[in-house]
Amino acid sequence: MFKHHHFVERNLTLMSVLILITISIGGLVEIIPLYLVRSTIEVVEGVRPYSPLEMRGRDIYIREGCYTCHSQQIRPFRDEVERYGHYSLAAESMYDHPFQWGSKRTGPDLARVGGKYSNEWQVAHLIDPRGVVPESIMPPYSFLAERPLQTDDIFDRMDANIAVGVPYDESMVENAMDDLFVQADPWGDHDGLLARYPKAVVGDLDGDPSRLTEMDALVAYLQILGRMVDFADTAVEDLEAMR
Amino acid sequence: MATERDELTGAETTGHEWDGLKELNNPLPRWWLYILYASIVASVIYSFFVPPIPGVMGVFETTRAVVRQDIELARDAQSANLERIRLASLQEIRDDASLRDFVYSGGSSVFAENCAPCHGPGGAGVPGYPALVDDVWLWGGTLGDIHDTIAYGVRSDDPDTRWSEMIAFGRDDVLNHSEIEDVSHYVLSLSDTDNDREAALRGEVIYAENCATCHGDAGEGDDLLGAPALNDHLWLYGGTLDEVISQVDNPKHGVMPAWHERLDDTTIKMLSVYVHTLGGGQ
Ligand code: HEC
Ligand code: HEC
Ligand code: HEC
Repeated sequence: MFKHHHFVERNLTLMSVLILITISIGGLVEIIPLYLVRSTIEVVEGVRPYSPLEMRGRDIYIREGCYTCHSQQIRPFRDEVERYGHYSLAAESMYDHPFQWGSKRTGPDLARVGGKYSNEWQVAHLIDPRGVVPESIMPPYSFLAERPLQTDDIFDRMDANIAVGVPYDESMVENAMDDLFVQADPWGDHDGLLARYPKAVVGDLDGDPSRLTEMDALVAYLQILGRMVDFADTAVEDLEAMR
Repeated sequence: MATERDELTGAETTGHEWDGLKELNNPLPRWWLYILYASIVASVIYSFFVPPIPGVMGVFETTRAVVRQDIELARDAQSANLERIRLASLQEIRDDASLRDFVYSGGSSVFAENCAPCHGPGGAGVPGYPALVDDVWLWGGTLGDIHDTIAYGVRSDDPDTRWSEMIAFGRDDVLNHSEIEDVSHYVLSLSDTDNDREAALRGEVIYAENCATCHGDAGEGDDLLGAPALNDHLWLYGGTLDEVISQVDNPKHGVMPAWHERLDDTTIKMLSVYVHTLGGGQ
């Protein structure tokens, strides 16, 4: 069969057809199994769309390129699980468009940073990382506390998320503007928000209750990371059966 | 097609020529080819052990099962010590010399990951985040106190959290500005820090009426309320006149998360003993 190399290499049409066949086999081997499994996403309780403020925080996280130094994926290795907590599930990022798994860890993984620190610490750390962690090489983001959060486009952003499959329901869309403000208002009525978005961290997030800043949004986002799934209620066997 | 042979080596050429240069068409080294073929065969066999085909169970476990077993194995190796820590009281662990190294290395690595970002490397403290290496405690320095602070946090969202709130004397108009200044001078006088004698004298009464319930008659503090001692030179939020005035006017309140959901009971016990040994456990 090696004798025919010359023939194939000199016959452009034939070579193209053969290349196509080879690549298709490779592709099909990868793709067909995915059609045969029910789902690659675990069925777990608790994962919900981001609240409007958390969603805006996520936008800022992406805008500022935090992912260039931070991953959000705890891999199933002992060292990672012991350090960061339960390995990440596909389900935990099913409403992330795009997901923030990443592979670059100049700083630590952030997949479960929610609740690890207080709001005050997150703000102090973002304003001046070396003020709290002397050896840190993270850049300061103090301007986030000065910049008012852009809010007029919240409905467009909800629509964009719905368009790519995030299940925001009618009441979530209707209340989006209120929810955006009330989450960072220490004196607000949070019942509706918490019914729509359980476990959301509410209150004065950035230390300045008088206005809504980009810092409020980013802290709301960081504080929910990795906290949605209740692992006590999740069967280990189901997670381990996923391939 | 006709093959051309190189005169010198007798090997076949590719038949191409660039500026008079020709390329020999030598076969690939045999050993290299055989490794290639062997890997192709191996990959086919491997795919049956770790089947990518749904419904076909493999011989190898998924990485998720492997990581669980890895952790169980590591725990088994430590199980003798971990079991003793689980059953023992904090005081027994503290007194047990044979557990000392285990508790210290376990405690210090968990501390570096979870606590040092707030309390500073080794627990040296940063403004707003108390040092844990000294013998001054906001919430009590016995093993039990330290354990509860770590497990349930301070002003955290846990129902069992430690909690207290200093009155916002200025913001809520309890004291006017000159009263706040006077009482702040008095606070500084408690630790012999520079102050205005006359203002401090006027502040003494204000202190007795407004502050002594929490901070004590002589400023010795109260660790049931997390009210810091004001008669020492250790300040959570700084000991200049301006910093004291700002705390009386509109107080800051430290928040520490509860850890009993993130860390297991044995780990929290190890941490408590570790923190207790850092400096001034009572
Ligand atoms: C140049 C790389 C770099 C960038 C960009 C960066 N970080 Fe970091 N980050 C670090 C490093 C290094 C650390 C560890 C030291 C520290 O705690 O400051 C860290 C720590 C953190 C932590 C604490 C994690 C933990 O578990 O202790 C958080 C939260 C965080 N970063 C959030 C952010 C956010 C949000 C952004 C974007 C606004 C960001 N970082 C951008 C490098 C970076
Ligand atoms: C988000 C920052 C933060 C983190 C992380 C944190 N702490 Fe704290 N911790 C605090 C603050 C703030 C206080 C003081 C609360 C107050 O003002 O009353 C405190 C108080 C304490 C106290 C009581 C000190 C005293 O004087 O009574 C202990 C003990 C303690 N922390 C241990 C730990 C341990 C152990 C860890 C790691 C598992 C930890 N902390 C993680 C912020 C933090
Ligand atoms: C209800 C109890 C309570 C009362 C009354 C109270 N305080 Fe406090 N005070 C606290 C607590 C609790 C803290 C610590 C806050 C923290 O840990 O974040 C504190 C902190 C302080 C600090 C900061 C100490 C440091 O180490 O930086 C000063 C100064 C202070 N109080 C002064 C006063 C003065 C002056 C008054 C009276 C006008 C007063 N306090 C009344 C509870 C009280």
